[in-house]
Amino acid sequence: MSQQEALTPPPTVESFYKFVAEGKLMAVKCKKCGKIIAPPRPVCDGCLSRDLEWVQLKGEGELVTFTIIHVPPVQFASMAPYTVAVVKMDEGPKLPGIVKGVTQPDQLKIGMRMKVVFEPAPQQQTWPQWPRYYFEPA
Amino acid sequence: MISMSGKPLAAIVSAGLSKFGRREGLYGRELFLEAAGEAFDRCPNLDPRRDIKGVFVGHMGESYEHQGHTGPTISDWLGLTPTQGFRFESACASSSAALRCAVMAIASGLLDIVLVGGVEKMTHRTTPEVTEYLAMASDFPFEQWHGLTFPGLFALMATAHMHKYGTTEEQLAMVAVKNHKNASMNPKAQFQKVITLEDALKSRVIAWPLKLFDCSPITDGASCAILVKPELAKKFTDTPIYIIGSGGATDRLGVYARDDITSLLSAKVASQEAYKMAGVEPKDIDVAEVHDCFTIAEVILYEDLGFCPKGYGGKFIEEGQTHIGGKIPVNTSGGLKAKGHPVGATGVAQVYEIYLQLTGQAGPRQVSGAEIALTHNMGGSGASAFVHIYRRGD
Ligand SMILES: [Zn+2]
Repeated sequence: MSQQEALTPPPTVESFYKFVAEGKLMAVKCKKCGKIIAPPRPVCDGCLSRDLEWVQLKGEGELVTFTIIHVPPVQFASMAPYTVAVVKMDEGPKLPGIVKGVTQPDQLKIGMRMKVVFEPAPQQQTWPQWPRYYFEPA
Repeated sequence: MISMSGKPLAAIVSAGLSKFGRREGLYGRELFLEAAGEAFDRCPNLDPRRDIKGVFVGHMGESYEHQGHTGPTISDWLGLTPTQGFRFESACASSSAALRCAVMAIASGLLDIVLVGGVEKMTHRTTPEVTEYLAMASDFPFEQWHGLTFPGLFALMATAHMHKYGTTEEQLAMVAVKNHKNASMNPKAQFQKVITLEDALKSRVIAWPLKLFDCSPITDGASCAILVKPELAKKFTDTPIYIIGSGGATDRLGVYARDDITSLLSAKVASQEAYKMAGVEPKDIDVAEVHDCFTIAEVILYEDLGFCPKGYGGKFIEEGQTHIGGKIPVNTSGGLKAKGHPVGATGVAQVYEIYLQLTGQAGPRQVSGAEIALTHNMGGSGASAFVHIYRRGD
């Protein structure tokens, strides 16, 4: 593997969430094999190339699976019950995320269209200072 | 990979297990001595200080007891200082990682006698604390950050499996009923009572579609086995069991990132390696202990370990094929579900059950004539897995 020109910002978790704070769902695209990867990572998980570029996802996809969390971790206690889904974005990558406004299994159907929504996040004093993206039935 | 086709890699000459459950007032290292004490008592020809050349311990989290550096800690408490001690961490598969590395150490010829085991002391912590420590085995920035818990991760698999193959909540509950029944015949199990299908189905929702009785409990416990090179086995026991296959594999850390959420890739790959090495097929397995951290995991494992075709796991439990007396009894100990799941101890606790089964010491839950056995132990949501295959000694 030859040394490639460094991508700016770097293809990291930190950069991904900085974009989320701007209301953008960003992925990296491998310039060698064309695979679109989200969450981003510094090496293509298809062909191991490090030659990547940023691309913005449209924010739409299909529901793969979901669960409704009734016993939450401490930090999520005030939200329970809440739904977490895995959505396959139209560009290829799959992402997990909380589904807004869904607390009953019959509100969702595997295969249905979903879209990403963003909400301003409260300022956090400690690491990690990441905002969240959410899903909604489209 | 070496093709050995059934050649013994290592022999198990003794094993021990602490009582599983809520073990108030005990520290992890003290629990470990309970398991090791049984293993030593069962093997009077073993002189621990003279014979044991390495201590391999599975231990997931230092948060529980503010105690890391588990290798030398256990070596010290066993009275074996300055014997080398190692701690292995592969989440809930920590002690089967220790086992696989002990097998490697023996097969390489570097060490001839190794003590392998695992320990976790969990119940003195609150449930939210334990939930947080366990969650560390999942993907923090994408799974934990978006509110997923371990029951939640396996619920994602359950929802997908039910949708694709028609698996039902009743079939999942049947796994819990079977494993509680088996545990009721195991005096070391955390739960000693049988449950009904209705008990399981009416229990409260933890992460839909999984309910309380779909989940393994929080448990204190320790496990231990003595591994020796095969040529030495008869020096220590007339009834050794041989490890004839060993496999290890990983999967993508995040469940969301996997190509097929209804399947456990690490179980498939690790078992294929172990079957090939052992020269056996799934139909040859007489008894198996598999990682039923959640009932859906056991159903998926029937399929991915090759006990039944893909998608048939729900039907397989419904037909009673994995009950004692069925085609392939699974989790005769009660499994993680009902025997309990002290995470770092679980892998070698499975070995302890196989040791009892293959030496004819499993009492009322004995599988008659068992000769070939399998253990499958996974870390987290299956990002790591280790499979071992065992043969009763002649
Ligand atoms: Zn690529």
